Amino acid sequence: MADPAPNMPDIRIDMTSAGRQLAPSLERRPSPLAQVTDSRWPDQLFRYAMWACAISVLVILALIVYELVLNSRLSWNAFGLSFFSGQDWDPVQDHYGALPFIYGTLVSSLLALVIAVPLAVGTAIFLTEMCPVWLRSPLSFFTELLAAIPSVIYGLWAIFILVPILRNYIQPGLAKWLGWTGLFEGPPFGIGMLAAGVILAIMILPVISSITREVMRVVPSHQREGVLALGATRWEMIRVGVLRNARTGIVGGIILGLGRALGETMAVTMVIGNRPEIAKSLFAPGYSMASVIANEFSEATGDLYLSALVEIGLALFFVTIIVNALARLLVWSVTKGQPARGNV
Amino acid sequence: MGVSIQVKNLNAWFGKKQALFDITMTAAANHCTALIGPSGCGKSTFVRCINRMHETIPDAKATGSVKIGEVDAYNGTSAPQLRRRVGMVFQKPNPFPTMSVYDNVAAGLKLNRFRSNAKQMDEIVERSLKNAALWDEVKDDLKKKSGASLSGGQQQRLCIARALAVEPEVVLMDEPCSALDPISTGKIEDLIFQLKQNYTILIVTHNMQQAARVAEYTGFFLLGKLIEFEKTTKIFTTPSDKRTEDYITGRFG
Ligand SMILES: Nc1ncnc2c1ncn2[C@@H]1O[C@H](COP(=O)(O)OP(=O)(O)OP(=O)(O)O)[C@@H](O)[C@H]1O
Ligand SMILES: [Mg+2]
Repeated sequence: MADPAPNMPDIRIDMTSAGRQLAPSLERRPSPLAQVTDSRWPDQLFRYAMWACAISVLVILALIVYELVLNSRLSWNAFGLSFFSGQDWDPVQDHYGALPFIYGTLVSSLLALVIAVPLAVGTAIFLTEMCPVWLRSPLSFFTELLAAIPSVIYGLWAIFILVPILRNYIQPGLAKWLGWTGLFEGPPFGIGMLAAGVILAIMILPVISSITREVMRVVPSHQREGVLALGATRWEMIRVGVLRNARTGIVGGIILGLGRALGETMAVTMVIGNRPEIAKSLFAPGYSMASVIANEFSEATGDLYLSALVEIGLALFFVTIIVNALARLLVWSVTKGQPARGNV
Repeated sequence: MGVSIQVKNLNAWFGKKQALFDITMTAAANHCTALIGPSGCGKSTFVRCINRMHETIPDAKATGSVKIGEVDAYNGTSAPQLRRRVGMVFQKPNPFPTMSVYDNVAAGLKLNRFRSNAKQMDEIVERSLKNAALWDEVKDDLKKKSGASLSGGQQQRLCIARALAVEPEVVLMDEPCSALDPISTGKIEDLIFQLKQNYTILIVTHNMQQAARVAEYTGFFLLGKLIEFEKTTKIFTTPSDKRTEDYITGRFG
């Protein structure tokens, strides 16, 4: 590219003399655009099409809520608000309460976050800041591959590998060292809330870590250098120069991961134990909202039974919305009045 | 007080490409030394070798010796230790956007685990901002305003205050005024004049009037070599090298 082919004519022009020659022909000519008629209809069409797209999302959302509300009327009329505080789930007596499922969903998702967030952020830090270059793309490729595995495969893996490991090694250890907290007591089945939390953590790890990696990567290098030049060590540079600037994006990634954890059905069903009980110990089996719908919908015989399951669906819908809103509020309160990133 | 910067036989590479060739020079204590030269001739690389920022770039390396006063930069000092003695102001203002003006200035002290009560810290922040000629413009909402909400010139002075707060002996400035308007530039030049009493200053600039205004000594770089290093008055009136003369009279570069 640098030097032109030998048979090319020399096209360099002496700008000063060229300018002088061109000057006389620089009279005002009519603009070639003056003839173009101003047709607005493609513009209008585009506009309406975009409006239609945006509104269709809202319409679908409204339809979903409408359908859920309509089909859960029976249960709502029978139990009212006590549906959400009731702990009984008894299809034989036709008496339903959703609290164990709400509890199971929230606790397993929270547990997943507690495990996944440090791991994901750590992975992201390693990949962006420390990893040797040749290892970087294979490693990030494999972390992202985790996101592509179907959840039923995760469930199978959990049953055959994770649960035995938990039962034989991890749970006895936890019971011994942290049993006093009350969170880790009772017989170590392997299957239970802990297993659900761990498998969810593995599933949301790639989401959180790839977003964290992305937002860390775009932190401008002058921010890193600014911190380093003040005499910061490498870790301080990562903490002050990178993580601090990327925190809004990282929380965004965590919210996405949480969303996935709340709605995850298959893998959770396979390891959570499917027992609608509330226990303090994480070793105990539990149940989640998504799991109970998936498991019992096809065999729900009575109208009230079916209606109760739909109402759980409605509850899941609202729990997801509320958790998202809370997370957003958190981001907003942390970054109030401050731009998310440097003045680049 | 400032100390001198003594550079001997400094060579620097980016991978296999050599960017600096055998540079030897001394920047006198409590004086301002300017570095001029065409784009890409290695001025920034040179400055970044002095506080060892050069080595943060993958594959980059440097040989030779750099001494900040009595401290050997490349031997027996860790890079963070060295950088606490050598403040740096970058070409593009880079305040920390998630921190308030106050925290920006205090950042260097907090990073280095400087123990102090709130009153001491307040004093240091105020003194640094006053030294950087920014105090009057920000004193009313020091802790509310974010570092990124200032104007470009104010941001650059904030970065100077941030560098001064850790009481370095030497301040390196890499084209500190290139993004600023003439008024902010004037303020920063005045500031450099003040700072010379307490610090040794090494400034890279493309603006030869600026070099002539602020610096007692000037070095001319070309293609990674230090062509000429002289008293500023001498280099701008009777340069001894033809290439220097061509450059400062605008005949090339
Ligand atoms: N990160 C880098 N990787 C590889 N080469 C680099 C890097 N930074 C600079 N160089 C090369 O080193 C040489 C010197 O660059 P340097 O930035 O020191 O020039 P400069 O004199 O500061 O120029 P300017 O006046 O434009 O800032 C240039 O040839 C440049 O291409
Ligand atoms: Mg430069």
